[in-house]
Amino acid sequence: MLEIKNLHARIAEDGTEIIRGLNLTVKAGEVAAIMGPNGSGKSTLSYVLSGREDYEVTEGDILYNGESILELDAAERAAKGLFLAFQYPVEIPGVATMQFLKVAMNEQRKYRGEDELSTPEFMRRVKEAAAELKIAPEMLRRPLNVGFSGGEKKRAEILQMALLEPKLCVLDETDSGLDIDALKVVADGVNALRSPDRAVVVITHYQRLLDYIVPDTVHVLYRGQVVKSGDKTLAHELEANGYADIIGAAA
Amino acid sequence: MPAVQETIDQVRQIDVDQYKYGFETKIEMDKAPKGLSEDIIRLISSKKNEPEWMLEWRFEAYRRWLTMEEPSWARVRYPKIDFNEIHYYAAPKGTTGPKSLDEVDPELLKVYEKLGIPLREQEILAGVEKSKIAVDAVFDSVSVVTTFKEELKKAGVIFMSISEAIREHPDLVRKYLGTVVPQSDNFYATLNSAVFTDGSFVYVPKGVRCPMELSTYFRINEKNTGQFERTLIIADEGAYVSYLEGCTAPQRDENQLHAAVVELIALDDAEIKYSTVQNWYPGDKEGKGGIYNFVTKRGDCRGKNSKISWTQVETGSAITWKYPSCILRGDGSRGEFYSIAVSNGHQQVDSGTKMIHLGKNTSSRIISKGIAAGFSDNTYRGQVSAHRKAENARNFTQCDSLLIGDKCGAHTVPYIEAKNSTAQFEHEATTSKISEDQLFYCLQRGIPEEAAIALIVNGFVKEVIQELPMEFAVEAQKLIGISLEGSVG
Repeated sequence: MLEIKNLHARIAEDGTEIIRGLNLTVKAGEVAAIMGPNGSGKSTLSYVLSGREDYEVTEGDILYNGESILELDAAERAAKGLFLAFQYPVEIPGVATMQFLKVAMNEQRKYRGEDELSTPEFMRRVKEAAAELKIAPEMLRRPLNVGFSGGEKKRAEILQMALLEPKLCVLDETDSGLDIDALKVVADGVNALRSPDRAVVVITHYQRLLDYIVPDTVHVLYRGQVVKSGDKTLAHELEANGYADIIGAAA
Repeated sequence: MPAVQETIDQVRQIDVDQYKYGFETKIEMDKAPKGLSEDIIRLISSKKNEPEWMLEWRFEAYRRWLTMEEPSWARVRYPKIDFNEIHYYAAPKGTTGPKSLDEVDPELLKVYEKLGIPLREQEILAGVEKSKIAVDAVFDSVSVVTTFKEELKKAGVIFMSISEAIREHPDLVRKYLGTVVPQSDNFYATLNSAVFTDGSFVYVPKGVRCPMELSTYFRINEKNTGQFERTLIIADEGAYVSYLEGCTAPQRDENQLHAAVVELIALDDAEIKYSTVQNWYPGDKEGKGGIYNFVTKRGDCRGKNSKISWTQVETGSAITWKYPSCILRGDGSRGEFYSIAVSNGHQQVDSGTKMIHLGKNTSSRIISKGIAAGFSDNTYRGQVSAHRKAENARNFTQCDSLLIGDKCGAHTVPYIEAKNSTAQFEHEATTSKISEDQLFYCLQRGIPEEAAIALIVNGFVKEVIQELPMEFAVEAQKLIGISLEGSVG
């Protein structure tokens, strides 16, 4: 589903290279964890994948279902099924969460040549998905992310993910700022979306989240490259021994 | 920041030539010669069969105007206006007072159809639909037709053109005209007092709640015509009226002058709600052409516990100079000002309000949302003052500005003056830009850039949109989207 080949990417403004020859393959149905110390390029990878214009790809390619997506803008990639759950979800004052969801869902449908959802159908879907994530209807009437607690913000991200039904989900540090109860709710939400035709890339600093979203593969990112790959036991090794050994071997 | 850069580039390429109401109508016009003199004023007055007192009133204003100078304190720049190059009167031929829609030139009806006001339909629907709007359509200087007049009459509401009112209800007009905006008030108001050609007149009698929204569509068609409309609205004790004003003009190279005066009077326990959606031609991408909108709007809360509320959505005009204000004279009276001012291209907006607290326990509320894009300048100018006797006067002011691109400007100029110690005035102001983070977040959800900007901007102005009557709220949201088209990718 996702194939990243010898990817090099830099910050457009000052030319600093962050991703330096990264290779990664994620198959449909797979949950891949990307781990690494601070500054290894984890968040940059999520932005480059989703098409943020502050970053430039200088070499290599990103294939999504066998096709390069480098020429597509962020909205096109989203409409094709790529979803990024943000580490720091952004506040949109004056725009009710419900309204935002409706615009996003219908814009994606429009791009794919589908009819707009009818209001009753939209409401039904939102209510169902919100209940699963223990989101109160009152929260849906508030402006998106404005005054939301850390847990509410992350649940709102997963709610959007559930409603937009993406094929490739990228979760950027979804566990940051969550207490254990909120973490479980969010993890349950993600697990409910696991399916044979959907891939999930979990970006995290800590092993903790991976106790709840159990990955099929684990990749260690360091200085913009994948320096080691393995199965879920690799995450436990990292938890026990830290990054030092692997980084030492790579350096 | 490439996305910011892209937005800025798009703004630079803005093509305001795509003004959607820029069609011109070929209708034979009855026009006064260019220029201003006592003869021209006499001509206007006689065209309208005005009584002698009205002509005298005009002369008084004209003589005073000759001694006045154009104000220069506003943050706007424009070449000096030659007041002798303007036609002060233009009327479609053969429309000096049609009795019904059938007598109206079909060409004119077509114009209004293009503008989206189906007069004919509205009359047919009379008595069927629950929510109705009575329309007084002003085409250049003459009010063409007023719908629903009969039905309003039943409720005792007088809604007609001011020219008719001068003839048919001279006592009411004489009693109230010029009592809120005196002839000598300011350069443009004085000019208007001398040469005003048409406008609306509304009188809602004691205890009557006007059964429908009243509405006027103004349109400037003729070349080099100044439109000097004069509107007078009186809500007698315990009355209520909601009035909507919409404005468009065809696209032209020359600048056209619009200097209106609107006076509102609310007596004891009365309420007037006045809403404007202004979409006059803003000029082309070099800033050529467009309407100069120099307007004096003022409401007088003359009675106790009266209320006047102004809501405006300003998206058009090359220059806007406009400060709808409230004089809070009656004890316990209340004034409100809700404003959205969108500027793009080379537009210049200097707008705001004055809340003059004179009575005890008076309160006012100001919510202003300015959105500047392109090379435009957007200034909020407001005055809040409490008189010595205005005990417990209260005001809350909130001015928010949103910038799109880096070639535009937003300015906030508040004047606050309290002459007694019990007044409580609050002022909040913010200036922000649409952040890259907000834009990327929307894009990542599959919302294209233009739709994302519209969504964020509509969120920004939501508090004000909520104050508009339903029919206008939808139109206003679309208009804001259209006005910002081309300011984004």
